Amino acid sequence: MEETQRKERRAADIQRLRQRSKNLRQHILTMASGKGQGYIGQGLGIADILAALYFYEMKYDPLNPRWEKRDRFVLSTGHYSIALWAALVEAGILPASELPQYGADQCRLEMSTIDTTPGVEMTGGSLGHGLGQAVGMALGLRLAGESSRVFVELSDGELQEGSVWEAAMSGSHFQLDNLVAIIDCNGIQADGPMVMNIEPVADKWRAFGWETTEIDGNDMTQIVAVLEAARQPLNRPKAIVARTLPGKGVASIENCEKAHFLNTTHVDWNQARRELELQND
Amino acid sequence: MWIGIKLVANWSCKMTKLGQTVAMGVSEAVQSQPVITAPFGKALVEAGARNPKILGLTADLGKYTDIFPFKEAFPDRFFNIGMAEQNMVGIAAGLARTGFVPFCTTYCVFATRRAYDFIAIGCALSRSNVKIIAGLPGLTTGYGATHQGIEDLALMRSIPNLTVIDPCDATETMQAVHAIAEFDGPVYMRLLRGQVPVVLDLATYRFSLERAQRLREGTDVGIISTGLMTGRALEAVQTLSALGIEATLLHVPVIKPLDVATIAELAATVDLLVTAENHVVTGGLGSAVADLIVACQTKNKLIKIGIPDHFVECGSLPYLHTKYGLTAENIVSTVLSALHQPS
Repeated sequence: MEETQRKERRAADIQRLRQRSKNLRQHILTMASGKGQGYIGQGLGIADILAALYFYEMKYDPLNPRWEKRDRFVLSTGHYSIALWAALVEAGILPASELPQYGADQCRLEMSTIDTTPGVEMTGGSLGHGLGQAVGMALGLRLAGESSRVFVELSDGELQEGSVWEAAMSGSHFQLDNLVAIIDCNGIQADGPMVMNIEPVADKWRAFGWETTEIDGNDMTQIVAVLEAARQPLNRPKAIVARTLPGKGVASIENCEKAHFLNTTHVDWNQARRELELQND
Repeated sequence: MWIGIKLVANWSCKMTKLGQTVAMGVSEAVQSQPVITAPFGKALVEAGARNPKILGLTADLGKYTDIFPFKEAFPDRFFNIGMAEQNMVGIAAGLARTGFVPFCTTYCVFATRRAYDFIAIGCALSRSNVKIIAGLPGLTTGYGATHQGIEDLALMRSIPNLTVIDPCDATETMQAVHAIAEFDGPVYMRLLRGQVPVVLDLATYRFSLERAQRLREGTDVGIISTGLMTGRALEAVQTLSALGIEATLLHVPVIKPLDVATIAELAATVDLLVTAENHVVTGGLGSAVADLIVACQTKNKLIKIGIPDHFVECGSLPYLHTKYGLTAENIVSTVLSALHQPS
């Protein structure tokens, strides 16, 4: 009986989170259609993970984004800002009215994350910074006796930056149980499909001493399960290698040439919204 | 005319035995000079006792950057990040975001050449409360070009939001540690380590993050110095005085933000300005003063004393200092020849 109830609760959670993902993607389309270009593929690809973090796993106070006891989400790939803005709007930290201003002059929703915008933990843009700062935050929170955790997103291309591995080494050296790295592996980088092989990604993180799991980063059931597993105290940080599909959820963007920076002049945004609504979960 | 500050010692440029290459861990002082051992570490322990948020970090150079006294006093607040300078600065920025005040040590060359993006983006852009303490500034090692931080002030001075300090002795090092521990913002400070000479009197000198320090008043020439060149400039102004030339000596420990008002005031009262720095003449204090006098349109004659625009070889410090003009004698002869040249 208990098991049945647990399964029902889980199914309801997954359904609720899928709706959140859909909302995030709607926000992303609103931003993208306003700007007409941007890192839309990456944003849509990582929407499921952000939905699970912001509406299942992390504790925060939308009315006080600087609440000391909050969990931290560090977006290391600053150009994925479009996904973070969507999450922060959906979480009620930023107003939806700002969505059309994505990338516009004097906006707060910049093309790359900037820490002066509420809810942003770190200024991104230069790759290879997020994990080191996340290690510092996790160390600081532990020193301060806080139970808060730090979630940091990195990308597969970013793993080419040597600083990532310096930080990976220190994360396990300091036994940061309160640190979870999510590596978004979407297979594209600025010059095209992976220009420098970084596989096998999961083996590398394991070799650096991280508790590592590989998942389909667009499968909400797998995302929720891995986040729950990452709560386990193991005296080491956790790495989630998440394979994602750029443009996920919007067929016409999924089918675009897989590009790092998408020029969307040819995209019919009304059609894109319809595709999203029809998305088969 | 000596003003305000009691000076306890002159900095002699007659140092270790000539011809002997000086590598790591060797003091700048001569035997007769009063010194304080590890003034940085000493002051950091005091600051750390007052503020439990102060942390110590190093990139496998703790032994050589005088931070081990802090490690011994507060082992739980000390982290050795290993040979990974950019990671140390990144971790420090993260620690600062959780309310801590990390002091990071390494050498100037590694802090600036290796970790530049992490200082610029992780610390300066976000105004993170990170203190970078960098050893072996300019020619304080004879180890060779890889370890001589000769262009660090130029690199750091060009980053917005960053405070850049080049202390001249043990007194100033200790006072500056306390000042930057209180100051909320990113700082790059050059480190004099080991047996560090005492040039300025600890009881009467008052380091300020805002003000340059007039150490002497005179109307014939304005000498503007920073870092260890201030000790040599003090020696030079006495020699000049004996020759009937009275100099104003302005010590500028804070390269950024520059005390523009005090330098402009000096530029308006003398014709000849001479800058002296333990740094290349491109982009450091001399360049900052040049920018300033152009902006002020004071039409001074300016001579920059410093390391020329090339990498320096390995060698003993007395040899290198003499070769590259980082001596009191060179300041004296530069002033004399400039004053005797028809303008």
